[in-house]
Amino acid sequence: MANLRILVGVKRVIDYAVKIRVKPDNSGVVTDGVKHSMNPFCEIAMEEAVRLKEKKLAKEIIAVSCGPTQAQETIRTALAMGADRGIHVEVSGKDYENMTPLHVSKILAKLAQEQEANLVILGKQSIDGDNNQTGQMTAALLDWPQATFASEVTKENEHLKVVREIDGGLETVTVTLPAVITADLRLNEPRYATLPNIMKAKKKKIAKHKASDFGVDLGSSVEVVSVEDPPVRQAGQKVESTEELVAKLKESGVI
Amino acid sequence: MAVNLRHQVRQLYKNLMFLGREYPKGQDYFRQRCKAAFIKHKDETDPEVIKMLIARGDYVIKELEALYMLRKYRTLKKRYYPS
Repeated sequence: MANLRILVGVKRVIDYAVKIRVKPDNSGVVTDGVKHSMNPFCEIAMEEAVRLKEKKLAKEIIAVSCGPTQAQETIRTALAMGADRGIHVEVSGKDYENMTPLHVSKILAKLAQEQEANLVILGKQSIDGDNNQTGQMTAALLDWPQATFASEVTKENEHLKVVREIDGGLETVTVTLPAVITADLRLNEPRYATLPNIMKAKKKKIAKHKASDFGVDLGSSVEVVSVEDPPVRQAGQKVESTEELVAKLKESGVI
Repeated sequence: MAVNLRHQVRQLYKNLMFLGREYPKGQDYFRQRCKAAFIKHKDETDPEVIKMLIARGDYVIKELEALYMLRKYRTLKKRYYPS
């Protein structure tokens, strides 16, 4: 029953191990010359798609990314992990800075229909914006069922059984296809995109599109006013004796 | 046979160098030690021993991949799942 065509969204973000620096004018974070990689939750989504294909449940995996030219590297990584082809929706400069999950979900919804995909797998959120909205909005725009924060996905006849991570426990839901799934951290352990696989992936095709091809207006109604560093934790003090400790605590008004 | 093994060794070195780019202590740290490990066995001629060494290299690759995955998983867990 290999009839699924899976659309996987992948985002290029600042690498999880990099120390984020805020621009001096508080307009955003420094991205120039900083190491980027695929969003870890997108990796998990990609891995799940590849596993479904390995179980012969899917016939094709399409990796999509919206972003500047460098987003192609992220698509390459997805291809190296096992996607069959890529779609790059080029959005650069000012447009990319203003891009919100709503724009991305509009593009993804259009693509899902155009490519006749019957399953969309996304990461639950990206580690840069932390919006956690794209999957939900894509499902709403397509009017498809959604299973967010998936920690297990199994296929049962024409349904997908998805175990979801919810506050303090797990919830099991079944969704009919087509559907949108967003991946949580414990869904699987993504494979590493090895050098030989990256080389092989260079033969796979990446189609290029513009946001306007999908009739999506990139105008934004949200303006970033200011981006600031989290407050720095104040240094502690060492005390020699209990008396001194009590004195210090009294001084600071704690007791 | 010897040509084939030579190719395998070169491929192993390339794959290790690629993985070394993400090494937590930095690419240079990794490169120096990896290179030294290869140079230590540069005069090896016995095909059986070379095969054994390649197998060891493949094992190191597996270990590195596991290390990176765990490191990423732990960082994300700490960031997004308090307790």
